[in-house]
Amino acid sequence: MEILDLFLFTPLADIADSPIFFAEVVIGGLLTGVMYSLVALGFVLIYKASGVFNFAQGAMVLFAALTLVGLMERAIPLPLALIATMAIMVGLAFAIEKWLLRPLVNQEQIILFMATIGLNFVFEGGGQIAWGSNVKKLDVGIPDTSFEAGGILFNTFDLSAAGIAAVLVFVLIIFFQKTTMGRALRAVADDHQAALSVGIPLRTIWIVVWSVAGFVALVAGIMWGSKAGVQFSLSLIALKALPVLILGGFESIPGAIVGGLLIGVIEKVSEVYWGPAFGGAIEGWIAYMMALAFLLFRPQGLFGDKIIERV
Amino acid sequence: MFYREAGQFKNTYEADQAIFPIKQDRWFIVLVLIVAYVIIPMVANEYWYQAILIPFFIFSLAAIGLNILTGYTGQVSLGTGAFMAVGAYATYKMCTAFPEMNIIIIFLLSGGIAAMVGLVFGIPSLRIKGFYLTVATLAAQFFILWLFNKVGWFINYSPSGTITAPPREVFGILVTGPRATPETRYFVSLTMLAVFALAAKNMVRGHLGRSWMAIRDMDIAAEIIGIQPLQTKLSAFAISSFYCGVAGAMTVFLWLGSVETEAFDLLTTSFPVLFMIIIGGLGSIMGSIMGAGFITLLPIFLTNFPPMIGIDMSVALQKHLEEIIFGLLIMGFLILEPLGLARLWQIAKEKLRRWPFPY
Repeated sequence: MEILDLFLFTPLADIADSPIFFAEVVIGGLLTGVMYSLVALGFVLIYKASGVFNFAQGAMVLFAALTLVGLMERAIPLPLALIATMAIMVGLAFAIEKWLLRPLVNQEQIILFMATIGLNFVFEGGGQIAWGSNVKKLDVGIPDTSFEAGGILFNTFDLSAAGIAAVLVFVLIIFFQKTTMGRALRAVADDHQAALSVGIPLRTIWIVVWSVAGFVALVAGIMWGSKAGVQFSLSLIALKALPVLILGGFESIPGAIVGGLLIGVIEKVSEVYWGPAFGGAIEGWIAYMMALAFLLFRPQGLFGDKIIERV
Repeated sequence: MFYREAGQFKNTYEADQAIFPIKQDRWFIVLVLIVAYVIIPMVANEYWYQAILIPFFIFSLAAIGLNILTGYTGQVSLGTGAFMAVGAYATYKMCTAFPEMNIIIIFLLSGGIAAMVGLVFGIPSLRIKGFYLTVATLAAQFFILWLFNKVGWFINYSPSGTITAPPREVFGILVTGPRATPETRYFVSLTMLAVFALAAKNMVRGHLGRSWMAIRDMDIAAEIIGIQPLQTKLSAFAISSFYCGVAGAMTVFLWLGSVETEAFDLLTTSFPVLFMIIIGGLGSIMGSIMGAGFITLLPIFLTNFPPMIGIDMSVALQKHLEEIIFGLLIMGFLILEPLGLARLWQIAKEKLRRWPFPY
């Protein structure tokens, strides 16, 4: 009875007591969720186009943010620093395609996954050697103030983050659906060999995809970096993005968005209302447990393609 | 000239099926054991034991465990640290609850508990595959460590949040605790490794190991030829976790003496052990040991070598350099030699056979 009370009645009573606070928690969760989606998007892009589950996405976020901050510290104006960072990310995309993906073509997915774990460490180490490992402040001029609307506290920074993420997703969807390159990307995602046989250059596609993922990493790096400071722990948000992917499905851009929002809300709500019952700090694993439970019923995620196995 | 099997005839099936059918290999193993049991204790000092040899043996055991799951059965796991933690905390609980019990038996029982936990987290492997499963093992990693951090019962409500190995004796010799000599802990961990490596070597070439490998190579086909995926996958999870659990117990009781959950973190344990088996060789017991040696020695090399040739490195730089080297090695091995050091060793042996007159 006491357990029931702790896990069921108290949290629910708390929610019923103050719906405004609950709404605030949910909105807070949604806004964090947007940030998770940003990271998850990078994973989905690469997975869709090359079947590589890129564990290094988190390290790419760190690397991009570190590079941007490092350049800005050397008195390079923001727009120029942005362009330079993007150029470096594209350069890395070329390098990765040439020295990592091409030699590993036709390998099993899990081998490629492990290779990106290696890549992850190179990015982490390299970024910190090049730009230093102390915590840096990143300020790109997004206002960070709070205001109240309908009794709920909003933060302008979180709202702009959500706006930027929305724009990014919109641009990506246009890119994937309407442009020739996007069409080619979808063709490659569908079937490598068929795409090759109609004359789609696979190498170019991979470079483009890794560049786009680098761009998404840069955006995510800017948002997370100006929120929490640029430091090593940025790369750990990749671990936050994994349950998002599981929930949303690896191949689906809408899945990454919905999954991110869902995980954001679940994390915040469970931490605030059920955290005390568990003894706190459940944010670290609750998303994973949810994803795990979810996997048992729908192994391909919310929006993922059905897994068909043939011998 | 020295390494060839010409003239070594086998008259019985037993001889033909021996683990080391070639006489030189048997001598080599005997030689290794003599070096490990006799020569090293004569020359090693405490630094050698504590910084190199004992962690090397413990990580070898963990790597063998992970290799059973990842290299032989094809289920990539990032939960190694958590299963090691289960072994460590179970040993601590049992050891403080039953002070009279033999510590070696407690090690084995803790391995059994880790195996059961592994079983539970292995159940999803029946439904999900590849990196979906990897993410599921991450759930184990985060959840289990959180549990040990939060629930005071596991650490006997110790205010410092650490578990400390109490002094325990085996046959009148102090094995664990701060006053146990490094030699004793060295011999115990060496013996554990030798026994369990031999057991693993036998398992992977028997019925069990072959069914693991069949599942790894193509699970549907394996199912069609009559291998039960349920038993096979779960047995791999259980046995792998058993090895990891014993290794975790040894980490606390034979190596560090006192740990917090951070010692079994994703970045400090799970990833390095995965690197050990990738670099050492997926699907090879020998490879696990070589990989463990390599990964344990590399940081020590990086700490000691640059000052020797007059380069001064800050600790941070050294750490990042280590990361880069690990990363490059992982990618390099996956591209150039996916079977790792074990394969290089095999190639060396094949070359040696024809030496000095290769054709």
